[in-house]
Order: sequence, then C-alpha cells, then structure tokens
Amino acid sequence: MNPELRELYQQVILDHYKDPRNYKVMEPHTHHAEGHNPLCGDQVEIFLKVEDNVIKDISFQGNGCAISKSSASLMTAFVKGRTVEDVQKDFDHFHALVMGGEISDEDREQLGKLAVLEGVKEFPMRVKCASLAWHTLIAAIKNEHEKVITE
Amino acid sequence: MSSAKAAGSAPGKEVSTSAFNVHEIRKDFPILHTEVHGKPLVYLDNAASTQKPQCVIDKVAEYYSATNANIHRGVHLLSQKATLEYEGVREKLAAYLNASSSKEIIFTRGTTEAINLVAYSYGRKYIHEGDEIIISYLEHHSNIVPWQMLCEEKKAVLKVIRMDDNGDLDMDHFHSLLSEKTKFISVVHVSNALGTVNPVEEIIRAAKERGIPVLVDGAQSVQHQHIDVRALGCDFFVFSAHKLYAPTGVGVLYGRKELLEKMPPYQGGGDMIASVSFEKTTYNELPYKFEAGTPNIEGVIGLGPALDYIQKLGFDAIQNYENDLLVYTGKILRGTPGVKLLGEPKVRSSVYSFQLEGIHPHDTGTILDLEGVAIRTGHHCAQPVMKRLGVPATARVSISFYNTKEEIDYFALSLQKVFEVFK
Ligand SMILES: Cc1ncc(COP(=O)(O)O)c(C=O)c1O
Repeated sequence: MNPELRELYQQVILDHYKDPRNYKVMEPHTHHAEGHNPLCGDQVEIFLKVEDNVIKDISFQGNGCAISKSSASLMTAFVKGRTVEDVQKDFDHFHALVMGGEISDEDREQLGKLAVLEGVKEFPMRVKCASLAWHTLIAAIKNEHEKVITE
Repeated sequence: MSSAKAAGSAPGKEVSTSAFNVHEIRKDFPILHTEVHGKPLVYLDNAASTQKPQCVIDKVAEYYSATNANIHRGVHLLSQKATLEYEGVREKLAAYLNASSSKEIIFTRGTTEAINLVAYSYGRKYIHEGDEIIISYLEHHSNIVPWQMLCEEKKAVLKVIRMDDNGDLDMDHFHSLLSEKTKFISVVHVSNALGTVNPVEEIIRAAKERGIPVLVDGAQSVQHQHIDVRALGCDFFVFSAHKLYAPTGVGVLYGRKELLEKMPPYQGGGDMIASVSFEKTTYNELPYKFEAGTPNIEGVIGLGPALDYIQKLGFDAIQNYENDLLVYTGKILRGTPGVKLLGEPKVRSSVYSFQLEGIHPHDTGTILDLEGVAIRTGHHCAQPVMKRLGVPATARVSISFYNTKEEIDYFALSLQKVFEVFK
C-alpha cells in the first residue's frame, strides 16, 4: 500500500474510528458546543464537565470521516484531567503538528498518541477534518457562560 | 437523455457505441493524459466540471496572443475583432439552443449568477407578499438560496416539491402545490447529487396552463442532451460553460424576450446603458441591459469551439455512448459487495451517488485520489437531498463521453483498495 496512505490511516486511527472513545451525550454538562464543517457535512458535538478549571469529563457525538472521528476520540482521551490553559496550548501544538508547522520535540512528546494524526499534513484537504473537534472544544470552553445559562 | 433501464434492455446498442471512437476523442483532451500521485488520471468528477478539449484551450491562448481588447468600445481593429468573436458566440448559442433571437442570450458568471439575476430582477419586480414560488427537493443550493432571499424580502412563500426514497420528484405533490398564488417555478433539469432526470416537460406544461413562468436549471443537462428551449417551452434556461467543456467563469441565461424586456436591470454600470446623465439614465437594449461591465471575454470566446466540438460529435452518438457507459458503471457498482447506491431514479443521467459500508465518503475520496481516480465527495451543494436520504455526504462518480469502460474497471479495482485500508 502507498506509504502516505498507511501513514494517514494508521491502525490507531482506524481503531478509534471503529470504536470511538467517550462517544455519547453527557448529561449534565457544564459546557457544550457544536462544530460543523459545511464543506463536507462533518458534524461534531462536544460535552464538557469543567470543575476548578480542570476538564473532569468530556464526551463527543457526531458523524464524520475516519480522520475527524478518530481525532475527536483521541482528543477526548487526551484532554481528560488537563486544565483549560493546558488545553489551549495543546490545541496550538496539535495545530502545528497537522499543519506541518514548527513544533519542538518536547511539545511533540507531550502530545503523545495524538502524533498518529501527523500524517494529515500531507493531505491539505484533510487538515480541517483533524482539527474540527479541537476547534469545537475551544468553542465549548469559551461558551461557558452562555451554555451554562441556557442549559 | 439516457434511461438506464431502457438502455439496459437494449444490448443492440453496442454497434453504435463502437463507432464512437473514444480513444481518438481522448486525444483531444490533454489533461486526460496526465498523472496524479504517479498514476494515470481517471477523471470521474464531470458533474463538478468537465475537462477542456485542445480547441478550447487553443482558442483562449489565441485570443490573448492575437485579439485581446475590450469589447463594445473602441474603434480599433482588435476591439472590433474581439467584439465580433464574442457576439459570434452569442449567435452560435442562440442557434444551438434554438432561441428565437440572440437577444435572448445573456452572459453571466455561471449558473449561480444567472439564477440570481432572474430572482433579483424578475423576482423583485413581480413577486409580492403572499405569492408562492415553487422549487424542488433536488435543487442545488444555487437554486434554493436566491429564492429564499427573495421570499424573505418580499414575505413570499417558498414551496418545495417533495421527493421519494428513489430520488424521484413526487409529481402529484407538484400538481397539488399549484394555485393562483404560484407566481414562479424554478426547477433543476438533472440532479447533480443523484442524477435524477426530472420531468420538466410536465412541469412546464402545467405551469403554462396557468401562465406561471418557469426557470430550468440546466447545469447538469446541457452537456448530455440536446436542448431546444422553444420545444421545451421554458421561460428561462440557465447553465455554466465550465460544465460544457468550455472555460470557467461564464454562464448562460436564456430568457424569453417578452419577459426579459419587462425586467429591470440587474447590475448598473458600463455597457448596460444607452445614455447616462445625473438626471436620468436610459438602459441599453437586450441583451446588453443585463451585462454590466467588462465580461469574461476569453471565456465566452472559448465557449465557441466547445459548442462546435460537441456538435461535431453529435448528441445521438454522445448519448448512445454515455448511456452505455452509465449502465456499465451501474452494473459494476451494484455488483460490488459493500457498495450502497443512493437514489434509484426512474431516469438517470451521468451520475451515481454511493457509499461504502462503514466508510465515510471523504476517506473513500482520499484513497481513490491516491490511485489517480478523481471523484466528488460531500453534500454536493444539495444538503436537503442528503438530509432526505439520511446521510451527511456521498461519494459521486459522474461520467462523460471521454471516459472508458477500462476506467470504470480501474475505479472498481480502486474501490477494493479502500476496503483493504478499512478491513
Ligand atoms: C444542478 C446545478 N445547478 C447549479 C450549479 C451551480 O453552477 P455554478 O457553480 O457553475 O454557478 C451546479 C454546479 O454544481 C449544478 O450542478
């Protein structure tokens, strides 16, 4: 098989696609946001439980390709227990990773399993698939007050 | 237009297909001999845009090398030449579509702008509060949003012809929507998402009895069948040149003169005026009234040889060949385990929408691309259709007369690669 393709669809990615972690609606939650990629119809919903600035719990739902679904699944496993500030930094590092931007070895190390998504950088049309869940997570965090009130 | 079923039961067509020399035809399209990702290109995204024959490419290059000048102004030779060529294509189009005069041919940027022009100009003058406009479930977003915008502004009501699970319009529902409130109908001839060929003749007939103007979105029909606007009887017919083997950035609006004449201009500017003063501006006559500013001159001029090319091939031969290939593609897709077709319309043209079980269309698209196979994935700018079928997106193959059975076989083989990645 084409090596770029193998790199893109690594076993971990296929595994998270077929068996996504934290894939459910979470009630109650403190934060929630919906992400939508109008270009391809991908949709993701993120639910958060934030206490003392720490992400205590997270779940997601939605439909999308293997890249977007596995990215969301890997993200939920990764950010559980991290602070809101950590997550903002993680997002920047993850973004650099999938865009083929500058990233220090230390930061790459920190991203752990998320590094399997690096193959996306060879596929510019697919970068947005990998980053949709992250954008939605950040939106959920920022929407705290609005959502807490309405829900 | 091809009926998959009818053709499927007529194996006798093989003879005329072989007379159509696809390998000679392919020589006319330089891009078909290129590679992507180190594999020969198999271009099956013709509904999005078609490739251009050498004669079109040469014409555009020749225009810039030998003719380039602005049109309808200037007495110098180049301007005269450019104007003659540009207007020559308008004449050619009028004959091609069997319009009653070249005044009925307006150049736009594309199908989208042509529909917007009608919604803006006709709509804002003749649609009022409480009036109803009918579109269908199968519309491309470009034939939904302009009418929604109009309805919102005018407090008019948008009515949508339902579609069934096969992707066919519910014609009983259509007839039940007609009333004295109906003031405009705008429908797609062939669905870009499912390939459904809509019974526009029936729609037009029913509309005519009530004196309701009809716009037909021919973006996906004009490249697969001969269009005679007077035989069809529609009031407006729109399409994009880039889907008809011609350059991008050019659309065609055919409108019946009687209607165009009573419509106000769409945009103001140069070319569309007869005289301008700060007190009063008078508008130019048709078709210039609707063509403000410098148009896409090389694009229009490039449309000329595309029309010649298609006429040389002839729609009888094109349809025979395309229909045979379409039936072949359908057999392959139906015969591949794990393939789910979306839409089984009564009459189909050029397009198959499908999904691979458990695999998102995007992943299918990326993996096929690495094999050199170009298909479209996504919602095809037809989100209501996707919603109706309960899917977020589909993969779509769309064929043209320059595609071959070998390419379809290769596409089928590539589908197995997709399954392999996901197994
Ligand atoms: C049925 C239909 N209508 C309208 C359009 C819009 O055409 P354009 O983008 O060239 O304006 C398309 C293009 O995909 C189409 O398939």
